[in-house]
Amino acid sequence: MFWQQLLNGLTLGSSYALIALGYTMVYGIVQLINFAHGEIYMFGAFAGLFLVNAGLPLGGALLGAMVFCMLLGMAVERLAYRPLRGKSSRLAPLISALGMSIFLSTLMALLAGVNTRRYPQVIDLQSYQVGPVRISSMQVIMLVVSALMMIALHLMVQRTKAGKAMRACSQDLEAASLMGINVNRIISFTFAVGSALAAAGGVMVGIYYNAVWPYMGTLAGLKAFAAAVFGGIGSIPGAMLGGIILGVLEIMGVAYISSSFKDAIAFGILILVLIIRPQGILGRKLSKKV
Amino acid sequence: MDQLISQIIEPYYLRIIILFGINLIMVLGLNLITGVTGQLSMGHAGFMSLGAYTSAILTMHLGVPFYLALLGGALMAALFGLIIGVPALRLEGDYLAIVTIGFGEIVRVFFLNFEPGGKAVGLAGIPKETGFTLVAVIAIVVIVCMARLLNSRMGKALYALRENEIAAAACGVNTTRLKVMTFMLGTFLGGLGGGLYAHYRYYISPVDFDFSRSIELVNMVVLGGLGSIPGAILGTAILTALPEALRVVADYRMLFYGALLVLMMVFRPNGLLGDIRLYDLKKRWSKRWGKKKEAKPC
Repeated sequence: MFWQQLLNGLTLGSSYALIALGYTMVYGIVQLINFAHGEIYMFGAFAGLFLVNAGLPLGGALLGAMVFCMLLGMAVERLAYRPLRGKSSRLAPLISALGMSIFLSTLMALLAGVNTRRYPQVIDLQSYQVGPVRISSMQVIMLVVSALMMIALHLMVQRTKAGKAMRACSQDLEAASLMGINVNRIISFTFAVGSALAAAGGVMVGIYYNAVWPYMGTLAGLKAFAAAVFGGIGSIPGAMLGGIILGVLEIMGVAYISSSFKDAIAFGILILVLIIRPQGILGRKLSKKV
Repeated sequence: MDQLISQIIEPYYLRIIILFGINLIMVLGLNLITGVTGQLSMGHAGFMSLGAYTSAILTMHLGVPFYLALLGGALMAALFGLIIGVPALRLEGDYLAIVTIGFGEIVRVFFLNFEPGGKAVGLAGIPKETGFTLVAVIAIVVIVCMARLLNSRMGKALYALRENEIAAAACGVNTTRLKVMTFMLGTFLGGLGGGLYAHYRYYISPVDFDFSRSIELVNMVVLGGLGSIPGAILGTAILTALPEALRVVADYRMLFYGALLVLMMVFRPNGLLGDIRLYDLKKRWSKRWGKKKEAKPC
């Protein structure tokens, strides 16, 4: 029982981690809570559904949804955040992000209707008995794909030139631009990467729980943000760890305490983190710069 | 007084005017938190519902006099403002936004399962005590108090806090204490508005206080002008009347609200009347039409 719940928690947690990465990367660079990120995840799930219905296999739908959301994320950044950069208060981008989130979820509700949609069967569902746990083929896919993406992200951030530029931007945007980094392009790139990861999470969660609806992004986004804060906002390994721990805690809470508090767990953890360790598990305490 | 008013104004318009007054009381509270102090709060509907349910249960089930129940509802909202505000506002940054969204949802789910509140069905048969006079008097008192507050030493500290928290702290402003105080004051007004709403509408249910209600209130602050009292009045008036006047807006309300927030931030981040204070208007008017005062050297 315990090991089975742990596995379920890891599966859920890997999807939270994929979403949390987008929050943490954007926050690390522009110090903005991108409220529209949960909606990008939702758009990813819908794009995947559309492509699967159009006859593509799972891999193709996953890639298509990721590309679509990359473009969507970059468009959101261009329309709602870039015009505000550098000339307005901290509050303005936050309100703009909130507006974008509401706009996107309502738009999808108008386009697709508010009812829950179901994915058709895209893979043959089998389950394997491994020791004490039963693992389904979809769980295997989710865990493997998430792990591969996180490894790829890690390599990209640490080894490539674009990754180096991203790290420079997250340390000091102004100094990075003085070193010849095209800051706007790096920010756009960060949004694209984060959105692609969220889209992958959206497609896989849509298939795993067999449910896609226009407001699925709001709560998932909120929880993923809590996970990012838990792991240490701005830290990429922190978001992965925070997402997975949050997923496990949520499943354990449902299994051993009560299912009616399912959605309150992430929020409770967020408040506890803010009280006890505001910089999160892996975050560093930054001194204020004046 | 109410009798006289209801003879002069048609019931339909009277209803809109009273709802405008109730919204205005809550928007002035939210304006203090978000507009003046710069802390985004997105769960004002949660505080509103706390005020509404508390006061309604006090008058219906416990027989408490209306005015006392109204105060009780507002105090209940302020208490939760303290509980939420202390952990979230201790830190610099935007944590309040996330925490208040979560709080609004949790309050809604709580009232969906709350036996004395009638669960999802809601609470019906609340005595109708709120009238035009009461709302008008409270709204005017709140406006006057708010204008006095913003003009005071504390008000200046609040604007300083919004512009630069570190600089404000360096000038001796106790930032955490001030943020929590204004948050409590704002949530108090949210609870007060909720109580008035419950005793006007006769019937409340958790649907009345969902996320879109919080967003509507944020929109009223943003449209009129962050941190401006005339702006709050204008924004509330426009967004209370617009869904009544335009069916299109009512049908696509959330789409409109979302787009409005983005467009306002991109093209006019300070709102229609951003940072125009009553005091400035008075000064401008007296300069134009009033007697010329001699300029005092500073």
